[in-house]
Amino acid sequence: MSFDLEKIRRDFPILSTQMNGKPLVFLDSAASSQKPKSVIDTIRKYYEAENANIHRGVYYLSQKATEKYEMARIRTSRFIGAACAKVVIFTRNTTESINLVAQSWGRTNIHEGDEIVLTELEHHSNLVPWQMLAQEKQAVLKFIPLNQDSTLDLSNLDEIITERVKLVALAQMSNVTGTIHDLSAIIRRAREVGAKVLIDGAQGICHLPTNVQKEDFDFYAFSAHKMLGPTGVGILYAKEEILDTMPPWMGGGDMISKVWKDKSTYADLPARLEAGTPNISGVIGFGAALEYLESVGMQEIRNHELELLQYALDRLEDFGGLELYGTNDLNKRGGVISFNFPGVHPHDVGSILDEEGIAIRVGHHCAQPFMDFKGIAGTCRASFYLYNTKEDVDSLLVGLKKVKEIFGRVLKR
Amino acid sequence: MSLSDSLYQEVLLDHYQNPRHHGKMEHSDLHQEGVNPLCGDEVELFLKLNGDIISEISFVGKGCSISQASASMLTDCLYGKTISEAKLLIQEFKGMLLEDKVPNFPEEYEDLESMEAVKKIPARIKCATLAWNTLEKAIGK
Repeated sequence: MSFDLEKIRRDFPILSTQMNGKPLVFLDSAASSQKPKSVIDTIRKYYEAENANIHRGVYYLSQKATEKYEMARIRTSRFIGAACAKVVIFTRNTTESINLVAQSWGRTNIHEGDEIVLTELEHHSNLVPWQMLAQEKQAVLKFIPLNQDSTLDLSNLDEIITERVKLVALAQMSNVTGTIHDLSAIIRRAREVGAKVLIDGAQGICHLPTNVQKEDFDFYAFSAHKMLGPTGVGILYAKEEILDTMPPWMGGGDMISKVWKDKSTYADLPARLEAGTPNISGVIGFGAALEYLESVGMQEIRNHELELLQYALDRLEDFGGLELYGTNDLNKRGGVISFNFPGVHPHDVGSILDEEGIAIRVGHHCAQPFMDFKGIAGTCRASFYLYNTKEDVDSLLVGLKKVKEIFGRVLKR
Repeated sequence: MSLSDSLYQEVLLDHYQNPRHHGKMEHSDLHQEGVNPLCGDEVELFLKLNGDIISEISFVGKGCSISQASASMLTDCLYGKTISEAKLLIQEFKGMLLEDKVPNFPEEYEDLESMEAVKKIPARIKCATLAWNTLEKAIGK
């Protein structure tokens, strides 16, 4: 299928709605993407005609629901290039996937004095679980520093990733600056010292063609809701030999093999790490989201976003007076633009744009260490996805002109 | 007048650009920090008391125009007032934003009326109330 932007936009019902009497301009897909009709319809159909719990019932509906749920797991494994479906664990979100690794693999394998390497650009969800684990185990957190353009400074990689390092955990793409990290150099170094690598793919998987086996990730965590799917579904991929050694982290139904009054044995993968009734409709809806993304093509989506990114960066540069963050090398950048209006707080920018029907994200974006690094309180962030247009960028610029007018009254003095 | 025009009036922007009673205070009798963790707005209040009277008041903070202008207005209104007057004003101010009550501010507090527009933007109410919640904590201690 060729990239048909008009058709794509028609597939997303919310894009034809109005906000504050103005056509919606949605520039916050990095927080959560919009959903196509096929995903909404799939979820509706499940509840209207297929609803039942999975893995237990011997009746038709339960069998059907189980089959659809497990089909979504198979589709997920193919989408990310995993070797088989049982290495795909469903959780609630990226955060829960990372916490699963910290609680199960981390508590077993990280000991006093061991080191965990992160970057200064991490989302809190790939920072706080490691802080908690490090405190519990008296392990040490180390950070790969940043260059001024928000790319990673890899010049001292050998000194940072030493023999004491057990895990390197970093994002594939930054949710603040859109920086796409050079993972291959980091993974190569991690292999030399025998460390595992966890990639936070929350921002990456939705924008970039990704193959977990080719790229040699040990752990890969991401969420359905940023890739056209529903909220409440997260995914953890890990290599089978690692998953095999991971003890359960939550006990309950579905994760057991046999239960006595005083002890239990545990189920095989993936059930061992999925306790309780999962988000069945969500996982089935996620399957429909993957089908949609595949029909458009991840490379086509990447190309479209690059075009928008270049257009938007040029126009924001021309606007004058804005502070822009992130690299200008588009090979190292996804469709996310963080900027500041000097003298105007991001929240004020966000409110004024909201009145124009323009949705952007403002604030620290759950990446406070980066804000400290830049010495700023937060940023305004416009993020793109497959359904955004150059007209959306033009609207953003019109909105920013209004911010300039309102705050110009006092800034001039 | 559009919503953002009615919100970002001259009086609010003036308090933001030229905050009153701004700065840290040595040897304050009451000191309280307040933060909105989700957006990162911060306000720190310092008060000196002479009996029941707020003889000095100041604030520092960082955040959006609404949170900082609101703190500036608060210090301006309460300078030289009593603790019980402060409590009444907190009630009046929060009532206006959180319970949709029509405010009945004395004339000398008229700057506060510019904050009424905030209630049309629910996401920003917590910005406007930050300094007031912080004061409530400070004098409640």
